[in-house]
Amino acid sequence: MVAGPYCTKLLADLGAEVIKVEQPGIGDEARRRGPFLDDVPHSERSGLFFYLNTNKLGVTLNLGCAKGLEIFKEIIKETDILVEDRGPGALDSKGLGYGILSELNPRLVMTSITPFGQSGPYTDYKAYPLNSFHSCGEGFVTPAQNPFPERPPLKQGKYLGEYEVGIHAALATLGALFYQRATGIGQNVDISKQEALIAMSTAELSFYPNLGVVPTRGTRGYTVGGIMPCKDGFVEICLYSEQDWRGLVKLMGEPEWAEEEEYKDTSSRAEHSTEVQQLLTDWLMQHTMEEIYQQGQKLRVPIGAYYTPKDLLNSAHLKSRGLFAEIEHSELGRITCPTAPYKFSKTPWRKERGAPLLGEHNETIYHACLGYSKEDLATMRGLGII
Amino acid sequence: MQALSGVNVLEFGGMLAGAITTKHLALMGARVIKVESSKRMDITRVQHPGAHSALIEAAPTDTFMTNETNLNKLDVTLNLRDPKGIGLAKRLVEISDVLVENFRPGVMDRIGLGYSTLKKIKPDLIMLSISMAGGTGPEAHYTGYAPIFSALGGVGHLTGYPDGPATEIRFPVDVMVGTTAAFAILAALIHRNQTGEGQYIDLSAREAASCLIGESIMDYTMNGRSRSRDANCDEIMAPHNCYPCKGEDKWISIAVKTEEEWASLCQAMGNPSWASEERFADSFNRLKNREILDNFISKWTAQYTHYDLMHLLQKAGVAAVPSFNAEELCSDSHLNQRGLLVVVDHQTLGAQTVFSPPAKFSLTPAKISTAGPTLGQHNRYVFGELLNLPPEEITSLIESEVIC
Repeated sequence: MVAGPYCTKLLADLGAEVIKVEQPGIGDEARRRGPFLDDVPHSERSGLFFYLNTNKLGVTLNLGCAKGLEIFKEIIKETDILVEDRGPGALDSKGLGYGILSELNPRLVMTSITPFGQSGPYTDYKAYPLNSFHSCGEGFVTPAQNPFPERPPLKQGKYLGEYEVGIHAALATLGALFYQRATGIGQNVDISKQEALIAMSTAELSFYPNLGVVPTRGTRGYTVGGIMPCKDGFVEICLYSEQDWRGLVKLMGEPEWAEEEEYKDTSSRAEHSTEVQQLLTDWLMQHTMEEIYQQGQKLRVPIGAYYTPKDLLNSAHLKSRGLFAEIEHSELGRITCPTAPYKFSKTPWRKERGAPLLGEHNETIYHACLGYSKEDLATMRGLGII
Repeated sequence: MQALSGVNVLEFGGMLAGAITTKHLALMGARVIKVESSKRMDITRVQHPGAHSALIEAAPTDTFMTNETNLNKLDVTLNLRDPKGIGLAKRLVEISDVLVENFRPGVMDRIGLGYSTLKKIKPDLIMLSISMAGGTGPEAHYTGYAPIFSALGGVGHLTGYPDGPATEIRFPVDVMVGTTAAFAILAALIHRNQTGEGQYIDLSAREAASCLIGESIMDYTMNGRSRSRDANCDEIMAPHNCYPCKGEDKWISIAVKTEEEWASLCQAMGNPSWASEERFADSFNRLKNREILDNFISKWTAQYTHYDLMHLLQKAGVAAVPSFNAEELCSDSHLNQRGLLVVVDHQTLGAQTVFSPPAKFSLTPAKISTAGPTLGQHNRYVFGELLNLPPEEITSLIESEVIC
């Protein structure tokens, strides 16, 4: 729904020709997930689906019948990369496992994304995005600074872990493609969501085997600074040096308390952490996120604002960077979404097309590329093959 | 043979995101040379406040983090304030395919190692800069660490309890930025091998975070709704939360999507009478009454350990996975069988446990071959064997603090 499609979106956005294969009449799960344009649920109006599938071609194919499998194999013969998230053994059981596909196309790089990988005692265990996030150890320590000790640990963002798995899968896929381009030989890449997400948290997890410490939601945080409330939201203040602290004092207009003995250096402030945090909060609550962030950064204090989606869209900096682009789509009209965080000087992010409608490119792929006649297409549509 | 055997990479900057970028490449077989100096060390070389004093004495500039984030790399120390240091850096560029840096924007230009200079030395160089806000725009010079760019990126606001504060996210955001950067580098390498053309890549850490909340951003651009945090909730699934288990701070995540899964969960719970009440009769009702539902389920889960519940519910076809902590993951039978933990012998830290690369390649495995280097551990090798400087010249460069 998210991890696999995000992986291939990253490739499509950089120019790969990605064909998304969906089940006729049903399509990707993300089509049934919001947000929907004007809150009208419709398989062609999902913002989630749109974002995850920009620049791809879309076909429908029924893998439950012989003709469907045959067509799938025809496509595979012309393909460098197959990314699938069907679950361990699912493609094998249809006769589309790596062994068979690599015989048809030895250059094929096949990346399989599953909750727990292709082997091991949990390989067949089920996990939705929530379960996968909590399977990696990062959920257990979220939220940091443990505002409500009696409450459960949390996932991050909405689908943050799934996107992160998608990036890991895309990286590994390109590693295998790099090798394929050099040698002509493909391979199979096994991506376990759990392990990809563990790789995100190794710094925290390493405390246990190396120092015998089990990090919890309560062991994270700063004695002074960190996440702090302000007039209209929250700010993040990282005070790593005395210079950072001096900058913060200047930002607050050099209040008298800051000159007192108990706040004179890092260790004395840490000792009086509760008082310092209160004094800072008193000042912060009189100012907005944007004031604190902009003025603080001008004084070179490492301060950030906890931006909302709306704030991101209104950011002059992000506008000047062109992070958001308008893309034309037949059902959604002109629609704005994020592009990419990297700017390539020679091979820029492309804005070829929005997400495909269900089966939008059946004719392009089956007729123009694979050579089926239009009559064949009509028959296959009638039989529910495409 | 590994996927990136023969690819040569240089790393400058000493921040985590850059170190993670090249760690990924090193695990896939690239030769990575990390350039630092004893005056400007990698951020992870600063001791953790909890470190034992004996450890600090034995390894004053190495931590488990330095090891973990620099596996497989070579390490040299160069004084980049000295023109001779810059000269040597340029010679290293000559023998490299990729350069990754995460100084503040403008620093590489100022010290004479900007892309326009380096591409004259090495025309097909791929150079990637990581900074908090990117190399252009009004906030390009702003400063910050992972908690700040995760805040600015919008992921912090979307994480937490609805009635609580936003959430600080640290290391995972650095890894996410580094992984994104490594992906971009491979795309550029594939392009270079096809066309002979190198290029410059400007990567913004806060933008990398914003790209992971695309659906929330689109709710705003499509419907004018600026979303906030929703704890563990889902928009259509219930139950969908972490539930308390036997023991202190033990939790299991349970997520139910289909009626079949709901029936299986009810059966596993022994079909209690509350579960057949009308307010839980279908997905829609369960979603509307999820708080009451969560209370009921919590009373049941609290009687079992999270491991027992996972096995019990998974056998019944219900997605249930503990919210694992570090200790549990490091002793978990599944992960052990998958080879999660690897012990490396670090020059000063001794035996260190690290985590194996997440992607399993059938033909060109990513692997850990050496521990993270100590400061300047490979000065002799890199300057002597790779740049062919005679030993006495290296000695004199060390004495004159060019290599330092």
